[in-house]
Amino acid sequence: MVPTSYYLILAAIIFTLGVIGVLVRRNALVIFMSVEMMMNAVNLTLVALARQKGSLAGQVFVFLIMAVAAAEVAIGLAIVMEIVRHRDTTNVDELNLLKW
Amino acid sequence: MTITLPSISLLPYLPEIVLLITALLVLVIDTFAGEKRWLVWLALLGTIVAGVTTWSLSLGPTLYLQDMLAADPYALFIDMVVLIITAISLLLAYDWLNSHAHQQGEYVALLLFSAVGMMTMGAATNVITIFVALEILSLSLYVLTGFARERLTSGEAALKYFLLGAFASAFFLYGVALLYGATGHFDLVGIGKNMAGTGLMAAAGVALLLVGFSFKVALAPFHMWTPDVYQGAPTSVTAFMSVGAKAAGFAAFLRFFHVALAGSYATWGPALAALAVLTMTWGNLAALNQESVKRMLAYSSIAHAGYALVGLAAGNALGMSGLLFYLLAYAFMNLGAFGVIIMLEKKGSGDLSMSALRGTAREHPLLAATMAVFMFSLAGVPPLAGFFGKFYVFGAAVKANMTWLAIVGIINSAISAYYYLRVSVLMYMVEPDENTTDVATNNRPVLAFALLVALVFVIGIGLWPGIWMQMAQQAAALLG
Repeated sequence: MVPTSYYLILAAIIFTLGVIGVLVRRNALVIFMSVEMMMNAVNLTLVALARQKGSLAGQVFVFLIMAVAAAEVAIGLAIVMEIVRHRDTTNVDELNLLKW
Repeated sequence: MTITLPSISLLPYLPEIVLLITALLVLVIDTFAGEKRWLVWLALLGTIVAGVTTWSLSLGPTLYLQDMLAADPYALFIDMVVLIITAISLLLAYDWLNSHAHQQGEYVALLLFSAVGMMTMGAATNVITIFVALEILSLSLYVLTGFARERLTSGEAALKYFLLGAFASAFFLYGVALLYGATGHFDLVGIGKNMAGTGLMAAAGVALLLVGFSFKVALAPFHMWTPDVYQGAPTSVTAFMSVGAKAAGFAAFLRFFHVALAGSYATWGPALAALAVLTMTWGNLAALNQESVKRMLAYSSIAHAGYALVGLAAGNALGMSGLLFYLLAYAFMNLGAFGVIIMLEKKGSGDLSMSALRGTAREHPLLAATMAVFMFSLAGVPPLAGFFGKFYVFGAAVKANMTWLAIVGIINSAISAYYYLRVSVLMYMVEPDENTTDVATNNRPVLAFALLVALVFVIGIGLWPGIWMQMAQQAAALLG
């Protein structure tokens, strides 16, 4: 059996990649994808820990996170659509009407 | 095979359920109602019914729904604060909504959904419920921020708020996951019992949770979104989220630190104190030379988050009740200040510049006097609500042997007086010129009534702080 620590390290790496993605990428959609990656790293952590502890709570929480993430996608994409319709861009650097 | 269902009692959740049903009713009626302005009144009625329900619930420390939520005086206090905020916010939005009639139903419903999230955050005794409530409140606010579709800044603010909010949520979640790994629990009591002897993993978890919370209540250095979002959002939404999200965020923040981390105050106390100093100082210095009144109030709200955090960092009973008192006092004075901005801003501009305030006292003497009261209260001038808020949290810091923190707070209040008084000076002591706002303010009774309510409470809390402090003390006693 693969030790839990492997999963945790993998999840930490994915989470870090997500953080880097948010900080360096300029496309709103790619930034959002990076956030989703961070959330999935959390899901992996929770599932791995739940298996190690033999408790279901961690796995149940993963379902809640997935549901919330789906709601977030719906709202996030709607907001991006709104921006594209008015400004024709998804680049966050061009959204500079308000001082960033 | 028999399936046994767990016994579920939803009775203590009744205030939230009432609000939820009202929101759904608003959405349904919106689809076929000809006259939409009644929706606001329906929502207001729902808020009042929810308030009565809150009031009539017993004050026992009951846990319900598998111990996921609590119906203790603490939760009821937060319920009350949120309901008051919601009611005043609905009134503040009334005029703006009449010029956005086709969106009225969605606006009102989202506001109520967000309020449900805020109330649930106050009641949550489990990080899972805290997370879900946080998302209910945030997702509604993201949409509300982008509601003024005719202005480009509104959508831009919504996107910035959404991306940074989701980013913060991910940090929050990772913190929860690590805490689960270290303690094996999601509920605050369970985490608290198993905290002893946990190492790096738990510490990292708490740190990540702190980052998530700090984003939501706008603590420096995680406050970067605040000025942009507050400026871009419709002013009635800014008013609502500046006080509502802050109250709910601090409610969960306080419960988490005092229940789950009660044993390790020696570690997090100084860390939060440092964060408080950074937040107040940064917020106040940045507020000094803002040209937009909304942006100035955004930085001021960051500074106020810092003051409130002093109460949490003090870690004693006075600090807790002081923080709750602060949230209540801050709600009225900030809603009032934004209400005056709504009154004075040009239709469709969604913002008010400092120069537009020049000499407005000439044309609108009552409004200028009202604004002056809110500004004095925000600056912490006795005998107004804001003074006693600061008095209690700084007093708690002194009591916790953190006198230096109280002194930093008082110095910061002195700095903040500059930009609050600047508003009054511009209104009273400068001649009106071509920049001065020239809107008519005499035909908006609903907005005027909302301002009056806020004004009465700001003065009332200031004159009789004891009553409110006693309620805050009862609310905080159980966490203790």
